[in-house]
Amino acid sequence: MSDQFEPVIIGFTCNWCSYRAADMAGTARMKYAPNIRLIRLMCSGRLDPTFVLKAFAGGADGVMITGCHPGDCHYVEQNYKALRRFIILKKTLTQFGIEPGRLKLLWASAAEGAIFTDEVNKFVEQVRELGPLQWPTSGGGLERMFAVPEHMLVKEVTA
Amino acid sequence: MTEKIGVYVCHCGTNIAGIVDVEGVAKWAAEKLQHRGVVIARDYKFMCSSLGQELIEKDIKELGLTRVVVAACSPHLHERTFRNACKNAGLNPYLCELVSIREQVSWVHTDKAVATEKSKAIVSGGVERVIWDEPLEPLRVPINPATLVVGGGIAGIQAALEIADAGYHVYMVEREPSIGGHMAQFDKTFPTLDCSACILTPKMVDVGNHKNITLLTWAEVTNVDGYVGNFQATIHQKPRYVNTDLCTGCGICQEKCPKKVIDDVFEAGLGKRKAIYTPFPQAVPNFPVLDKANCTYFLRGTCKACEKFCPTGAIDFTQQDEYIQVDVGQIILATGYDLFDVRRMPQYGYGRLANVFTSLEFERLSNASGPTGGKMVLRDAVTTPTSVAIVHCVGSRDKNYNSYCSSICCMQSLKFAHLVHERTGAEVYNCYIDIRTPAKGYEEFYQRLLEEGTHFIRGKVAEVTNAARVPEEEGKLIVQVEDTLIGKQRRIPVDMVILSAGLEPRHDAKDVARLFGISCSADGWYIERHPKLDPVATMTEGVYIAGVVQGPKDIPASVAQGAAAAARALGKIQQKEVAMEPIRATINQDKCSGCRICNNLCPFNAILFHEDKMVSEVNPALCQGCGTCVAACPAGAISGTVFSNEQILAQLEGLLLLNVKQLEPEPVPS
Repeated sequence: MSDQFEPVIIGFTCNWCSYRAADMAGTARMKYAPNIRLIRLMCSGRLDPTFVLKAFAGGADGVMITGCHPGDCHYVEQNYKALRRFIILKKTLTQFGIEPGRLKLLWASAAEGAIFTDEVNKFVEQVRELGPLQWPTSGGGLERMFAVPEHMLVKEVTA
Repeated sequence: MTEKIGVYVCHCGTNIAGIVDVEGVAKWAAEKLQHRGVVIARDYKFMCSSLGQELIEKDIKELGLTRVVVAACSPHLHERTFRNACKNAGLNPYLCELVSIREQVSWVHTDKAVATEKSKAIVSGGVERVIWDEPLEPLRVPINPATLVVGGGIAGIQAALEIADAGYHVYMVEREPSIGGHMAQFDKTFPTLDCSACILTPKMVDVGNHKNITLLTWAEVTNVDGYVGNFQATIHQKPRYVNTDLCTGCGICQEKCPKKVIDDVFEAGLGKRKAIYTPFPQAVPNFPVLDKANCTYFLRGTCKACEKFCPTGAIDFTQQDEYIQVDVGQIILATGYDLFDVRRMPQYGYGRLANVFTSLEFERLSNASGPTGGKMVLRDAVTTPTSVAIVHCVGSRDKNYNSYCSSICCMQSLKFAHLVHERTGAEVYNCYIDIRTPAKGYEEFYQRLLEEGTHFIRGKVAEVTNAARVPEEEGKLIVQVEDTLIGKQRRIPVDMVILSAGLEPRHDAKDVARLFGISCSADGWYIERHPKLDPVATMTEGVYIAGVVQGPKDIPASVAQGAAAAARALGKIQQKEVAMEPIRATINQDKCSGCRICNNLCPFNAILFHEDKMVSEVNPALCQGCGTCVAACPAGAISGTVFSNEQILAQLEGLLLLNVKQLEPEPVPS
């Protein structure tokens, strides 16, 4: 193995289109970079922005959100909600000091195994160029991000 | 940790084991994930085989497993298999996770070491996720026994009759004025040369008369809501301007109508019809349709000849669009195909050279009830050709147009060759790439053609032209083709050229797919649930496909698929209720702040707001389980089963191997 940086990428897929695009890439024996690990959701609309932040906090160098093409959503229009969240997330990431290029949104239909393959490869290269994120050790990280300081903990008071 | 987890890694023969060190993954899981509750990790040749499943069942019983993770193929293929295995052993099926290391690893990666590492991460993700799985029961909803069949071609007709004969109601929707589809346009069917109308029209009549079939022609489905067992479809009934309760189908209106229009649908542009018409004499239903765009009354405000002569007063110029709502349990799509537009290949001269015909035009030309009464003549309507060239694969097997084989063109071209030969005695030249006759009686038909003396030239036609080079070519169409069997260019002068056009998805196939929530392949044909084992079901439960809409095929195959789709629908109807994945959202009313953010997010209006309590509630019968509201709730009051926050975040941590890293000391950076 060469010494080049191998990013870890988490991919969120929707059950109906993009997960099936990944399946299609498999059945057609297309090849893509092994850096991506997929999580299946029912819909890209299920994507809580927290998942993305958790992924970065947990050591992922890039996150790819995938869903059905606009208009093709199995749940009518929920991928538009994913799109909105993606746009806001990009801004949020910038504020956290994370390059927005580490987050990608891809629409892929169940027939688009080839597009899925190409886009994964492109994204892996893109993140490789950005280098390791190392958010957990460089200021962010699970504990730091989600830990609530002692003095800020809300205590329950009986009425 | 109280859970006892079993991990099963599948070899899938060499499909997975060829790239992934499956033993290594199993060993790693047993060792490194022991602290997460993994008590046993095995690898096996074929986990989905009965022996593989028994392995899981035995472990559940003997080791008291409380969770199962299978690392094998896509959950879309075998999730049900392994859930059933768990169920058989007394474990709740929803406590089983299937993670994909075939489609997502071994089939798409080439480096064995990296693939093995990725498989470990995926197994780790599955183990973390399964810990949070909850025991669930599938939701059971009653199934509406009525079925909607879209498309009245032979596939749809077969499907509708099977279901109706079994005693259940069918709504059949057809876009054209009559059912029958493309088959009604043909003269003969290969390889038996049965008269197409003779075998089709009795079935059409059966559909028209069947007490269990509501036939809606000149109508289109415009909206579909609901889910398997309980779909609500909106059907747009276009105005016929004929009151079908009064019309007897006598045909006087068609006789009296003064306006003639070129019929480019049924007669493929070769014949004419009236402005009020039935597409062909055997049309079902036999009520005419008034073509508003060409009707003199609608254009100029006077005429009404049809109204004057109608003996029953059935003509109604005031008819409006109607939208009909029907409730059905299941849907069969048999919407067929469009013919490849041969104008897209200008080198073949269609539209420019008069005597170049499309296959559909030739079907009408050879049809006894067609515009020429079955006389095969040139475009001048009198001359009988003495030589005819048939060009195969027009728009198929050509990467510039469609790379797939249209499957019917070889046999169709052979049929044309036979008919031309039989009726005109003309010389026939078949220019083919390959002859494909792989079905019952097809090869025999090809042999028969060879014996009849049809010329077969193996080569893709380069051009059809009228530019003569030698006197013998004057006034003829010249087919320029490389005969690849002798390695020579040939110029064949003929009187008539027939372009055997390929089949294409309907121009609006994508919109229709979207309407019914199914997907198209890259070519545009609808995707079946499994290309070999489930060819008529789709990924959307309760929606089936039949006929050419699934991919090019001939009449016998379309009929078989129509019957198959009907059998699938009947199977579901017999179960009386349908089990649905319990993937649903629920709102914890104690946590709900009543902000109503979720209310407008739901496309199914499944979230109700209780004004009195100021909290929202999900109606599980309407919820489809997309989870958008779960992700959006600012108070974290909504949880989604099967895809809960805990499950997803745990899988995420597992995939990032945080569970293992915690144990290992941080490597010192070099």
